[in-house]
Amino acid sequence: MKILKDLYYTKDHEWLRVEGDEAYIGLTDYAQDSLGDIVYVELPEVDDEFNKEDAFSAVESVKAASDVYMPVDGRIVEVNESLLDEPNLLNEDPYKNWIVKIEIADKSQLEELMTSDEYEQYLEEV
Amino acid sequence: MVAKKTPLYDEHIRLGGKIIDYAGWFLPVQYVGLIEEHEAVRNNAGIFDVSHMGEIAVKGEDAFDYLQYLLTNDLSKLTDNQVMYTFMCYPHGGVVDDLLVYKYNQEEYLLVVNAANIDKDFKWMIDNKKGYNIIIENLSEQIGEVALQGPKAQVILQKLTDFDLSELKFFYLKRDVNIAGVNTMISRTGYTGEDGFEIYAKGEDIVKVWKSILEAGEEYGLKPAGLGSRDTLRFEASLPLYGHEISEEVTPLEGGFKFFVKLNKVQDFIGKEALSRQWNEGLKRKLAGFEMIGRGIPREGYEIFKGDKKIGYVTTGYMSPTLKKNIGNALIDAEETELGNEIDIMIRNKPVKAKIIDKKFLKNK
Repeated sequence: MKILKDLYYTKDHEWLRVEGDEAYIGLTDYAQDSLGDIVYVELPEVDDEFNKEDAFSAVESVKAASDVYMPVDGRIVEVNESLLDEPNLLNEDPYKNWIVKIEIADKSQLEELMTSDEYEQYLEEV
Repeated sequence: MVAKKTPLYDEHIRLGGKIIDYAGWFLPVQYVGLIEEHEAVRNNAGIFDVSHMGEIAVKGEDAFDYLQYLLTNDLSKLTDNQVMYTFMCYPHGGVVDDLLVYKYNQEEYLLVVNAANIDKDFKWMIDNKKGYNIIIENLSEQIGEVALQGPKAQVILQKLTDFDLSELKFFYLKRDVNIAGVNTMISRTGYTGEDGFEIYAKGEDIVKVWKSILEAGEEYGLKPAGLGSRDTLRFEASLPLYGHEISEEVTPLEGGFKFFVKLNKVQDFIGKEALSRQWNEGLKRKLAGFEMIGRGIPREGYEIFKGDKKIGYVTTGYMSPTLKKNIGNALIDAEETELGNEIDIMIRNKPVKAKIIDKKFLKNK
């Protein structure tokens, strides 16, 4: 499974890439592989606010629906609308194709997330 | 309890199958990809390990009378070597299981039942044996089964046998067919809506059958297919899955499968009284097909509303790989099942518009 170095990771297999006070959020390679062919993505609205661990999006394979959770508290500033027509972009390149961009409410919450090394170890255990 | 492995378990691993525990069996939900496997079956062919299915033999001079009493369909219409789809019901009309009856002759039958229901079915059959002079034998552990399905199924299987497969008509069986050197029973049956065969052999022989078919089918685009596509294929073909479209709580009449319940059968059968009553009084709820108008994929268990009134729930729903549409089966109040009627599917607590369509989805292909 591909894991990128300078991202933060969650136990629910989201990744988070910080850029200043904002961050892109997507699904990890492990997540897209477990889900299989992704055929539907539900996106939040810009300006929606979520707390850490709230479901802010849903991705669905033919087989099942899965929620996507917020790694940290934040407000949606951009959604990746190309996923509406091409949900399988998440299968093709899960790190390039982010789901939302958020404004991080509290950057100290980043410390609670996993580093790439920690996530790699976590995947060995699950 | 640890799930069991079919004789083909090592093959699934070798082929990269993603293994899940299904009804107590380790089976692949997919190999390379569900959609690819689904399309292989619709366009060329796919092969499924269905060794988890149960096989229960019924033999003896009263076998016919016993099965007429036990099952809802009418076996008097069945010739030797013919196969019939039927329900086995409770006295209240709910379903114990749905199954195939293989008739060898008037005194010998094989019932092929759902994996999850084998023990329950066997016990039900024993409990209702009464004075019938029969022997009931659970052969499930000894028999392996593969399903070869798709428009190329016959041409692929013909490479491996001298028996002229064109002689085998839909829903007939043939015993002692040599497939790649293995003694098998085959039937022209399946669970995909495509032409195809179900092939039964001793557990230890089924690996050879599987491997030979995979090799023979390579030039025709045959792919191993998992449980994921098995479900999407049967759903598109309007075939019910026990526990979804029919169950202990949902009668075959509510499911829209009256054709397999012969209320005018001469013999009494278990459930006849309750099912006749339900039919004569009129169904309060029915299964209907629907297509999403709004965005979203309907899933099993989602609630269905008409305005503020809850009218039922989704029994199966998918993004249909063949039709590329989000469609489902709904068990809803009978008066809401008119074609074109608009209903709301509750998706993650939000109502999303859908409309009733013919549940024979593939007809609109």
